[in-house]
Amino acid sequence: MHPFVLALIGGGLVGLAAVMMMGLKGRIAGVSGILSGAFTDSSGERLWRILFVLGIAIGGAIPALISDSFVPPAPDTSTLLVIIGGLTVGLGTGLGSGCTSGHGICGISRLSPRSMVATCTFMAAGFICVFLLKHVFGG
Amino acid sequence: MPLQKKYRLLASLASGIIFGLGMAISGMTNTDRVQGFLDLAGAWDPTLAFVMAGGMMVTFIGYKFILKNPAPLLADMFHVPTKTDIDKPLLVGAILFGAGWGLVGYCPGPAIAGISYGYLATLIFVPTMIIGMLLAKPVSKIF
Repeated sequence: MHPFVLALIGGGLVGLAAVMMMGLKGRIAGVSGILSGAFTDSSGERLWRILFVLGIAIGGAIPALISDSFVPPAPDTSTLLVIIGGLTVGLGTGLGSGCTSGHGICGISRLSPRSMVATCTFMAAGFICVFLLKHVFGG
Repeated sequence: MPLQKKYRLLASLASGIIFGLGMAISGMTNTDRVQGFLDLAGAWDPTLAFVMAGGMMVTFIGYKFILKNPAPLLADMFHVPTKTDIDKPLLVGAILFGAGWGLVGYCPGPAIAGISYGYLATLIFVPTMIIGMLLAKPVSKIF
């Protein structure tokens, strides 16, 4: 199947997960918020968060078991940049109250102005960062 | 444990599994693909735009029907963010997040969905990302 078709189907599944989360539990399916809450929320609110995150890891493993074509290549980034990237993604999503799923998919679908501004901002920052990485400092 | 609570936990797990399936099927666990999308000046890879489009279409329509109801099926109320102001933490956070996303090609969902491939980079990225998330609260006091 063409990668764009798989992308559309995969995106639709992410949407389905977001709809389930709202329809059943009344929660935004934002990965950064749910993950950080798994560490910081009151004890009664931790288990569902852990299960959601665990589910993502399980769901991510399943296609690779069916076909090797779903196993991506290893990230091509030095360990130092991976650490800097991990810290900034964590800090940024914490300060900015969301990531690609919470702001990008759920927030824009609710027509939230904060999420629209956040999504445009992190997209722009991503474009600039990759431009510097690949075309200015050599890739 | 009350039955409704069990169903709620099951719903979270099921929703997470479907989310992870979507990440892996769509190719978003491939950091080359994500960086390819962000590389406007290079060989641009539009795949991520299709993932966003698919996700938004389903969520936009689904939310329209769901949020008309007084409450979700298994809980007492909807927990929808109510903040509306575009403040400094939102903008600074989004800039930092976007920069880190571009640097590695991972945002939180795909990084977690990619844990099972066992790559060292992923296994380093996820815990450092969690440390970053835990730092957000003390850092936000600066603003």
